[in-house]
Amino acid sequence: MDRFLSYVGRHTDDLLQQGLEHATVVGTAIVIATVLGVALGVTTWDRPMGRAAAVATTGTFLTIPSFALLGLLIPLLGLGWTPTVVALVVYSLLPITRNTIVGLREVAPAILEAARGTGMGPTRTLLRVQLPLAWPLILTGIRVSTQLTVGIAAIAAYVAGPGLGNEIFDGLSRLGSKNAINQALAGTLGVIVLALAFDLLFFAVRRLTTPRGLRV
Amino acid sequence: MSDHASPTATVPAGTVPAGTGADADGETATRHGARIELADVSKIYAGQEEPAVESFSMVIPAGELVCFVGPSGCGKTTTMKMVNRLIEPTSGRITMDGEDLLSLNPHELRRRIGYVIQQIGLFPHMSIADNVALVPRMLGWDKRRTAERVDELLHLVGLEPGRFRSRYPRQLSGGQQQRVGVIRALAADPPVMLMDEPFGATDPITREHLQNEFLALQRRLRKTIVFVTHDFEEALRLGDRIAVLGERSRIVQYDTPDRILAEPADDYVRSFVGGQAAIKRLGLIRAGDLDLLPAGSASLPSVRVDATLRDVLDAIVAHRAQRIAVVDSDGRVRGELDFDSLTAAADSGGAR
Ligand SMILES: Nc1ncnc2c1ncn2[C@@H]1O[C@H](COP(=O)(O)OP(=O)(O)OP(=O)(O)O)[C@@H](O)[C@H]1O
Ligand SMILES: [Mg+2]
Repeated sequence: MDRFLSYVGRHTDDLLQQGLEHATVVGTAIVIATVLGVALGVTTWDRPMGRAAAVATTGTFLTIPSFALLGLLIPLLGLGWTPTVVALVVYSLLPITRNTIVGLREVAPAILEAARGTGMGPTRTLLRVQLPLAWPLILTGIRVSTQLTVGIAAIAAYVAGPGLGNEIFDGLSRLGSKNAINQALAGTLGVIVLALAFDLLFFAVRRLTTPRGLRV
Repeated sequence: MSDHASPTATVPAGTVPAGTGADADGETATRHGARIELADVSKIYAGQEEPAVESFSMVIPAGELVCFVGPSGCGKTTTMKMVNRLIEPTSGRITMDGEDLLSLNPHELRRRIGYVIQQIGLFPHMSIADNVALVPRMLGWDKRRTAERVDELLHLVGLEPGRFRSRYPRQLSGGQQQRVGVIRALAADPPVMLMDEPFGATDPITREHLQNEFLALQRRLRKTIVFVTHDFEEALRLGDRIAVLGERSRIVQYDTPDRILAEPADDYVRSFVGGQAAIKRLGLIRAGDLDLLPAGSASLPSVRVDATLRDVLDAIVAHRAQRIAVVDSDGRVRGELDFDSLTAAADSGGAR
């Protein structure tokens, strides 16, 4: 234990740097996946075929083993940040897309009828009525995706991606040598702390962005 | 816009919502109704052979409330929704004060036509004020005008703005929500309102309350209203005219409530009227609308001027009285009625 703490003490700067990169790569992927997933949900939610296809496709993505996906991306996108972000986006799509679809479908028909009846056009209805009402569910989807990708991002070190995965991989590759376990452990704990930090962030975001009328 | 005073018809006591006294102190002049004409309007839904509405023609005079009654599936809703083009007619013409509605942008058209549905459809994530302010904001009203209008309307239906403005729909009772549904439709002062069984989901007591309140409102606002209902009693109570519709929205009879009760066009209409047509007719006429007999000196059982002749009959029977006094809201005797006054009124077809 002492040895682990002293390891962390000596490598704080590295760990923070990698933690920050880890958070950045996850954050970037989540922002992109949110834009894509919500767009996919918005365009397919009221078409049975379309939404089934959207959920099935993004669901299939999730079954690809992460090593395989990252490896297959190397010839296309090379090493580093790009394949990492792309892979994380691919894994994030299902929860966000599916929750967008469910959230939009849960808006009562009477509310859409009222929106149409008061002269709101489709865009205004989407932005002022449908998305705000679906937002709590969409946000849940984003949160699930984030939890998922914080873990998967650790494997990105395999394609020379950024983040705490480097600590883990480094450590594991030097097993037996001094501090190898401590290094892998520090990386792993870092991932867990990061996941908790993201969760806390979502708690705050949920409080701040859920329309008041849906909370009362 | 003419500034003639609101109609003189007496409003039933106890149903005037708090705040209607605001009339005098600068309430924005309301826009009265527009004349609507549907000419040979048909609707065939995609993929269906039979029309849901076939060659429907009707003139709705400005400022009148017309009730559509008819069995489920006869096309009431379809017909009504073609007026604001939530449903596009397959053929025919619809005009509002002569203006061809089918040539307008449907979104802009709908902002000029109030729309109230049974399920209310308030936006749960918006405050009551934001719900009501929706159309005025789309029309680009400035903040102050919008806020004043919201408060005025909340007053109008007895919802104290200070208490209700910033609440959310789910913090209101069903009846209160329906009132908000009505004033949301009235917000931008549209000349025309479409109402599809607006009070259908409320319990009988709340419904009667809402009906009376709405009637009082309409007597002042004089909007042109298409009001769809299953409930013939409701149609009798609210309608200036009633359209009894059959299959494919065929107009079986389009007439005043009194004429429909007195002379139903056929057995189909008679089946809607049900029994007791004569008593129901008495229910349409208000005591204050008759020529009263001079008041005698005897102290009599009394009814208010806004009571119906049905109430007068009830008093005659209940008190075994020959005569009933008719009194003002402040208790002053206006005159008297006896049994013969009732039969005479029924013969002459009421005061409408
Ligand atoms: N969107 C639609 N697509 C196809 N057919 C429809 C559609 N809406 C209504 N119809 C059909 O058109 C006819 C008239 O329906 P409408 O809703 O106008 O009846 P209604 O008189 O309002 O009935 P209710 O009293 O039950 O509300 C019905 O036979 C109905 O099945
Ligand atoms: Mg209907």
